[in-house]
Amino acid sequence: MSEEETDFPIRIRGLTNAFGDFVVHEDLDLDVRRGEILGVVGGSGTGKSVLMRSIIGLQPPVKGDIEVFGHNITQAEPDEVIGVRNRWGVLFQGGALFSTLSVGENVQVPLKQFYPELKQQLLDEISRYKVVLTGLPEDAAAKFPSELSGGMRKRAGLARALALDPELLFLDEPTAGLDPIGGAKFDQLTRELTDTLGLTVFLITHDLDTLYAICDRVAVLADKKVIAVGTIPELLEHDHPWIQEYFNGPRARAASATHERGKALDKHGSEKA
Amino acid sequence: MREWAEYTIEEAGGRATVIITGPLVVSSIGKLDPELRGITDSIQAIDISEAGPIDTVGAWIVFRFSQRTGADIVGASEQAEVLLDAVESAESDAEVSPYRRQTLGRVTEHVGTKVIEFMGGVRSSVAFLGAILIAMASLAIHPRRFRVKALVRQMELVGVSSLPIIGLMSFLIGIVIAQQGAVQLQQFGAETLTVNLVGRITMRELGVLMTAIMVAGRSGSAFAAQIGTMKLTEEIDAMRTIGVSPMEALVIPRILAAVLMMPLLGFYASCIAIIGGAVIGDVMLGIPFWTFLARVQEVVPTYDFWVGMVKAPVFGLIVAMAGCYQGMQVSGNAEEVGLRTTAAVVQAIFMVIVLDAFFAVFFTEIGWA
Repeated sequence: MSEEETDFPIRIRGLTNAFGDFVVHEDLDLDVRRGEILGVVGGSGTGKSVLMRSIIGLQPPVKGDIEVFGHNITQAEPDEVIGVRNRWGVLFQGGALFSTLSVGENVQVPLKQFYPELKQQLLDEISRYKVVLTGLPEDAAAKFPSELSGGMRKRAGLARALALDPELLFLDEPTAGLDPIGGAKFDQLTRELTDTLGLTVFLITHDLDTLYAICDRVAVLADKKVIAVGTIPELLEHDHPWIQEYFNGPRARAASATHERGKALDKHGSEKA
Repeated sequence: MREWAEYTIEEAGGRATVIITGPLVVSSIGKLDPELRGITDSIQAIDISEAGPIDTVGAWIVFRFSQRTGADIVGASEQAEVLLDAVESAESDAEVSPYRRQTLGRVTEHVGTKVIEFMGGVRSSVAFLGAILIAMASLAIHPRRFRVKALVRQMELVGVSSLPIIGLMSFLIGIVIAQQGAVQLQQFGAETLTVNLVGRITMRELGVLMTAIMVAGRSGSAFAAQIGTMKLTEEIDAMRTIGVSPMEALVIPRILAAVLMMPLLGFYASCIAIIGGAVIGDVMLGIPFWTFLARVQEVVPTYDFWVGMVKAPVFGLIVAMAGCYQGMQVSGNAEEVGLRTTAAVVQAIFMVIVLDAFFAVFFTEIGWA
């Protein structure tokens, strides 16, 4: 294991993605540090999801190198990619659960795929605690995805993404379509799991509350590149017009105020205690 | 080479301790798990201080072991403590798979559901026919609401674009009938009757029947899949909220297109089949091509043409109705679209063949033999 691999689970250099003549990314660079939650923001159509799909190997890039755990994904042999696949988990926007399997069986699919030696009894136990760990009620394990609400489906998708205890977790708009309470709970869950399991998280979001609440750093996609990466105070210093508009818009100010108030309350509470 | 987690039991001062070595992660505990389950001796402690990296699965196995045997967990690292707490709080004994019956119970249940579904299906398809009639009537009262463009578009899809495939199929069927018929009729020295055989059977039966089967496969399935997908993506609901009746916008144009195009396609198919027969007549039987065609005019009565033309729109109606009805029944997931599309084609072909048998008896009885 090289030194670089330990520090940067994801390294992107000179990535170019295009659909026909339409160029989505041009010469894009990005590093994700071990153990951080990296928020990825950008206007609609700036290619946030395309970036994620390139990293996990679903979208072959036109040019550039993508290294995940030190393996070059773009030129990797199929076997090598398999060695990387059991170290990441992906939560797609709609959950992408297998509709003919129950939630518990969905969680077991990656386990059976990679570790056929595990006994059914252990598989059942693992899928049970994973389901509960992601905040679903116990009885959700035996339900089919079509019987769940949108928010529960996302949690079930997260349970499947966490099935293999991955080191790297990709979340594509996890809080989109959730009510504010559900969204805040999901944020909290992501943060807790990251701290407990030592995950590195690549999180695509539009949700300013999520950015303020749980992201260690934020990467901003615009003009076909990552124009800035940093903590939110660092980004506020940045003079790119889109960043200024994004973080100084009315919604951003509201999210920031909520966050400050929340911190003040915490402090107050801990002092009391 | 994978590294497996292993265990040893150490006894000291009447205390038995399980000592675990090797990584406690999901990829390494495949062998350890059944072994730990097999331990029936009294164990007072489980020591994981010599274990390598740990993840939630490893933590779970240790937690479950200590819970079952009452052993104390010792030597847990800070990370292991966190993970042990996490899995302990997430412990559950709920069912993972939905309840599934034994084979015998499942078969009876399945038969029962099928019967209920069949009765429900009969009822709702009659209801669907009624809805079509109501939509037709309301279109007759408000002719401006009628979607001419949609109708023309569907006529193109059902009719014009299927001309090549139906032409090829009919031509080949004409060849097969003439060739096989000629072989049999030659035994009686009656090979000239091949003309009667090809002309009458294609005009009365095969032209329209084969066309209906082809349209069911091409257009009936497309109707079911299109409408079914629109149902899944809530397009149909969106239409209703805007005040557009899906019956008028989607179903009626498709049904009318099929009803109008089927006679044309059926007649076209019959003609091409006769041409195919004439080619074989020319090549195999020495009947000149044009003589064959002229002879068809003499031996095929006009009512054979009408037999085909009366059946064609009815078959078109059945095919389009099966497609649209099944499409409208889609709900739930993507799998349903596939099931309903298959059902649309199977039902359409089955109904067409059943009705064709009734028509055959009927036309013979009224003297159009």
